[in-house]
Amino acid sequence: MPEEEPERLISEDGLRLDGRKPDEMRPIKIRAGVLKRADGSAYVEVGANRIVAAVYGPRELHPRHKQKPDRAVVRFRYNMAPFSVDERKRPGPDRRSIEISKLSKEALEPAIFTEYYPRTAIDIFVEVLQADAGTRCAGITAASVALADAGIEMRDLVAACAAGKVDGHIVLDPMYYEDGHGEADVPLAMMPKEGEITLLQMDGDMTPEELKKAIRLAKKGCKIIYKEQRRALKRKYGEEE
Amino acid sequence: MPLDQDLLARLKRHEVLEALRAGERVDGRDFEEFRPIELRTDVISKANGSALIHLGNTQLVVGVKLEVGTPYPDTPDEGALAVNAELVPLADPTFEPGPPDENAIELSRVVDRGIRESEMIDLKSLCIQEGEHCWVTFVDIHVLDHDGNLFDASLLASVAALHRTRVPRAEVVDDEVEVDETETTPLEVRDFPVSVTLALVDEHLLVDPCLDEEVVMDARVTVTVTEEGRICAVQKGERGSLPEHLLDDAIDLAVKKAEEIRRVVKAQL
Repeated sequence: MPEEEPERLISEDGLRLDGRKPDEMRPIKIRAGVLKRADGSAYVEVGANRIVAAVYGPRELHPRHKQKPDRAVVRFRYNMAPFSVDERKRPGPDRRSIEISKLSKEALEPAIFTEYYPRTAIDIFVEVLQADAGTRCAGITAASVALADAGIEMRDLVAACAAGKVDGHIVLDPMYYEDGHGEADVPLAMMPKEGEITLLQMDGDMTPEELKKAIRLAKKGCKIIYKEQRRALKRKYGEEE
Repeated sequence: MPLDQDLLARLKRHEVLEALRAGERVDGRDFEEFRPIELRTDVISKANGSALIHLGNTQLVVGVKLEVGTPYPDTPDEGALAVNAELVPLADPTFEPGPPDENAIELSRVVDRGIRESEMIDLKSLCIQEGEHCWVTFVDIHVLDHDGNLFDASLLASVAALHRTRVPRAEVVDDEVEVDETETTPLEVRDFPVSVTLALVDEHLLVDPCLDEEVVMDARVTVTVTEEGRICAVQKGERGSLPEHLLDDAIDLAVKKAEEIRRVVKAQL
């Protein structure tokens, strides 16, 4: 990233600091089944984000009183490696990661046929090895592929992507510098097949019209991610496109 | 023997859906209607600002305490803000004692974003000595009676308490901060953010869900709106999903209701 403070985040010809157009995603790489021990796993790169997700389960849930007689309990842990950010992060959960874990669980659960796995737990673990803005979205994207890799029955994959506002422009997939210096951030996750939104957050400053525009743009990003998720699964399970 | 919340939800769901099918809500309100709001400020004299709110049967108190602290290294000329929520066991049979769980943390972070992103507090006005001393504004939400929609009740009471907060005089003498509690000035506030929470139940958007509705809702969305009608925070929660065609309506509805609620609350300040 720029050493000195850039005067503007969008150039006169409408390009961003990394040369992208406002509606352009960073390079994406998705791999299914990257870990041996987990029941399902995935690796995701979005820009400089490096994220691994693993799924264990459905498996027996202890303590037993936490079991649900008619469905599986989904649990999600989002965790950042101490070396994943500029200044070393103290290991363990903080308030931010507890909130992200809760919302990510709620972003994935609508896609899972939890009723097929009563009394069990489906445990999802996301490790952020390197963070470059948009980690919660990349984590959900990875977790969804890991769930499919674990053979858990789902209505659809969940794809996630953020939009943001920088220098008054609505942009897709903000990177680290834009996230820190922009005016707003809108992470979104969806099941693209039915057009169901499963995660939506926003913080910053936007007019209602700008927010609607950002949501539309983030949905467009989700569809690009979705294609890559499917490609990754097809690559592992034969049937290359 | 604790009540089986899932069983209860299934029974409630039937009742709530039955009413919705007849075009009504369980408590007889319109789909876009808030419950009555009653606000009392300055209820805790030990706090620098406080408010007690009733939103229907939901009841909670917010206390603002100012403490002298050190500015963050990246904002040496600003004070700090810390929002915390306690879901104490007296307020609901499912609340448990102990450190804040994910629900309490989500609640406090959504309220925090409403206060912070609306920039209602001029954090620069809370600097005592650049890089050395500042005021830390602690906003503590204490839930007393949980009948749904803690998000909106918490932000309303927090904003009201901040509007009534007085800052003691602070002076730096020999590198030490001397605080004079007897001489105070009002905290500088310049906005009045209001959040509007909508529950999605069976394709219906219900404003200000009561607990019976929250127990059965598929998803929840909270939109926080500034005085100028701009959006400063959004949060979707819960295990279901939102159909995309409902989102634009939800945003417009929240903006409309926020203005109305702000008027109701301001009249009580």
